[in-house]
Amino acid sequence: MADRWLHRLLWLSAMLAALVLGGIVVLLIGRTAPFIAQQGMELLARQWYPGDGEFGMAAMIAGSLAVAVLALVLAAPLAVALAAWLRYFAPGWLRRPALALFALMAGIPSVVYGLWGLLVLVPWINGWVPPGASWLAGSLVLALMILPLALLVTDAALAQVPPDWLHAGAALALSRVGMLRRVVLPHTAPAIASGVVLQFGRALGETMAVLMVCGNVVQWPGSVFEPVRTLTANIALEMSYAAGDHRIALFASGLLLMLVTMALLALSWRLGRRHHGTA
Amino acid sequence: MTRLIAMAVLSLGLAGCGQGGDKLVVTGSSTLAPVITEVAERFEKDTGIEVDVQSGGSGRGINDVRQGLADIGMVSRALDASEKDLDPVVVARDGIAMIVNADNPVDAITRAEVRALYRGETDNWQALGWTERPVTVINKSSGRATLTRFVEYFGLDNRNVEADMVIGENQQGIQAVASAPAAIGYVSVGAAEYEAGAGTAIRLLELDGVAASTSTVGAGRYPLGRDLNLITTGQRSAMVQRFLDFARSDEVADLYRKHYFVPARG
Repeated sequence: MADRWLHRLLWLSAMLAALVLGGIVVLLIGRTAPFIAQQGMELLARQWYPGDGEFGMAAMIAGSLAVAVLALVLAAPLAVALAAWLRYFAPGWLRRPALALFALMAGIPSVVYGLWGLLVLVPWINGWVPPGASWLAGSLVLALMILPLALLVTDAALAQVPPDWLHAGAALALSRVGMLRRVVLPHTAPAIASGVVLQFGRALGETMAVLMVCGNVVQWPGSVFEPVRTLTANIALEMSYAAGDHRIALFASGLLLMLVTMALLALSWRLGRRHHGTA
Repeated sequence: MTRLIAMAVLSLGLAGCGQGGDKLVVTGSSTLAPVITEVAERFEKDTGIEVDVQSGGSGRGINDVRQGLADIGMVSRALDASEKDLDPVVVARDGIAMIVNADNPVDAITRAEVRALYRGETDNWQALGWTERPVTVINKSSGRATLTRFVEYFGLDNRNVEADMVIGENQQGIQAVASAPAAIGYVSVGAAEYEAGAGTAIRLLELDGVAASTSTVGAGRYPLGRDLNLITTGQRSAMVQRFLDFARSDEVADLYRKHYFVPARG
């Protein structure tokens, strides 16, 4: 009896979550469809001067991708290497406290990373190549933010490797590096990739930290030392002041972000499922 | 669950019933909204009249008042010739200060120099009497009333502004200048004065020979000032007049100061 109620309650909560998500998508599409139809390719071809009715987002889409991709390039290899090192090479007493530290890092709010970026990282880059607030600053802050979770996901994936395989490898006189290369990584690669793709979605969606350190000038990302504006930063900067088509254009960029995030989620899910299929 | 939904619907319905009674609706400028919200809270406590303050930009304030959606609009700039149908009441004054890092020895700037900097014609501090060092030009994001007033005063077109960094809130601008020795930016005079006094590494520049401070803004001598208005149209009801009088009274002067504005006084 109680089980049946619990079951119903869980089912209802799941439906509610799906409904809210669906509602958001329907609202965004409903609000923006006429605008998108009217603007068409102008949304990509033109520049961003909302005051003059120009809503070109291409440079900001590129900005979002550039900042997130560089963050991933910096963080993902480091996360995998660190997780593998902690599990197979580091002294035993170090593993637990190190993982706890990374779990703690994963829980720090993003504004705190942003503030650190603004107060430490940006002046440091500024002393090196002005203006400091730049693509590089944004990617470094994001890399630091996604590193802990990517590391924890990798660690969890490594824990899934059947101990028998490791024993078999040892019996075949494989070195630890050889074991990692031939046995562990090929087996866990899909799970690790799935986690990394999720972190990419998180990097794309991150707003405040990026807003604080990227400089937010609307331009195509050229040098890593030049400022860029991401779609999320644009929404945060302008939403409270936007009216009319400007506001709808910001909704449209929100819709775009949501669709990309959903695509990434689907990709991550597929990668993760393939992993379970082979195990 | 259904009970929860029923309760939610019921409470929404009840909230809807609040309208039409003793209630004022005030909409507009996001510069003014925070301070007017506090003024409204004090007004409610004194009179029991409910005031609903909504932010959304000066443009919204003007539209809402014209269409009768709001009783009072908040506009953080002077009204222009096409807005003669509206009656403004100045509740406070604000100014926009040019700020640089405290390490920067430059302490005064002219209109022509600011124009050249923001158009990218000058890009080195040497031209302004400091060392050979590229200038980091900080601009405000599109749609902000501060930006509108700034480009209007300096005769700039936002398309031609060559910025190295774009910021949103005053606080962010101050932080950016404090952490970049070669930066120049512009923020509300009061906010900059407060931060400089609290030890933040920024300096307010003299503009065209007038110091940027709340006292020069209050005296009307600072050139880059702006009026913060409450606007109405047509005949004012007694309730609206009462709120306008209250918003200009000594009773709330401390609130404007708290938000770094200069109260206009009755």
